[in-house]
Amino acid sequence: MAEQSGLQVRYEEIGKTVVVTPQGEIAYTEAPQLRQWIRKAQDTRPERIIVDLSGVGYMNTPGVATLVEALQIAKKNKYRLVLVGLNSSVRAVFEVARLHTVFEIVETRDAALK
Amino acid sequence: MSTVIRSPEVDIAPIKPPDLRLQMTSDPRFLTGARGLLSSVCEKTGLSSTSCSQVALAVDEALCNVIRHGYQRRADAPIWINLWVLADSGRGPGIRIVIEDEAPHVEPEQIQGRDLADIKPGGLGVHIIREVMDLARYEKRAPIGMRLTLVKYDRPGVGAAGSA
Repeated sequence: MAEQSGLQVRYEEIGKTVVVTPQGEIAYTEAPQLRQWIRKAQDTRPERIIVDLSGVGYMNTPGVATLVEALQIAKKNKYRLVLVGLNSSVRAVFEVARLHTVFEIVETRDAALK
Repeated sequence: MSTVIRSPEVDIAPIKPPDLRLQMTSDPRFLTGARGLLSSVCEKTGLSSTSCSQVALAVDEALCNVIRHGYQRRADAPIWINLWVLADSGRGPGIRIVIEDEAPHVEPEQIQGRDLADIKPGGLGVHIIREVMDLARYEKRAPIGMRLTLVKYDRPGVGAAGSA
């Protein structure tokens, strides 16, 4: 588990899949840190990036914007970005922003790894 | 003045001193604390947990916008958060929050959320604020600064005009 100024992130490379698992909240101060970890994943030229949000209790638009940016890069480079384990609070933000239909969202990490 | 009122009956005029007044600097380190305080106060007023989460999210987004756009990420500028507890027999518990700053004036009509069909990273905060609150009104303060008034009731579409 790596830590940068409050945001803890577990980073795993499983074959051509990278799993990024942040813990805590992703808001104004944490979003840039999440972006750094996702960029690290992007640099591996993956077939799939999974962002496991099951340990994230709160997210606001800086966090969402980071994931939108990651999705745009994924589409451009033709790989999948999968979000996992959104709690009701985080899911509500995606729904208000009408982004829940734009992202590939699954319930569990196992489902994402299939 | 730019106002979005999701329920036309919502009372927007503060008529007494705030029940809570918080002054903070525009330092992002204080955002979590401000959000937690507002959320806790909302819970004590009897607002539903969903409404409390929405109020906390809206205030968080508004403060982020003040810091990022109003103060251009300066961390030492003032922000005031004023809160009134509202009560209405028809609409249930409610809350009015007024966020003030000393940032340069912006025409309220220019404060718009982006088109959601245009999928891009920025511009979501204003949309979310307007979506989750019953009222979101931006206006200029004199001689400097902006003011955002937010109102949230548990049942905004029910009952007659309320009072604070």
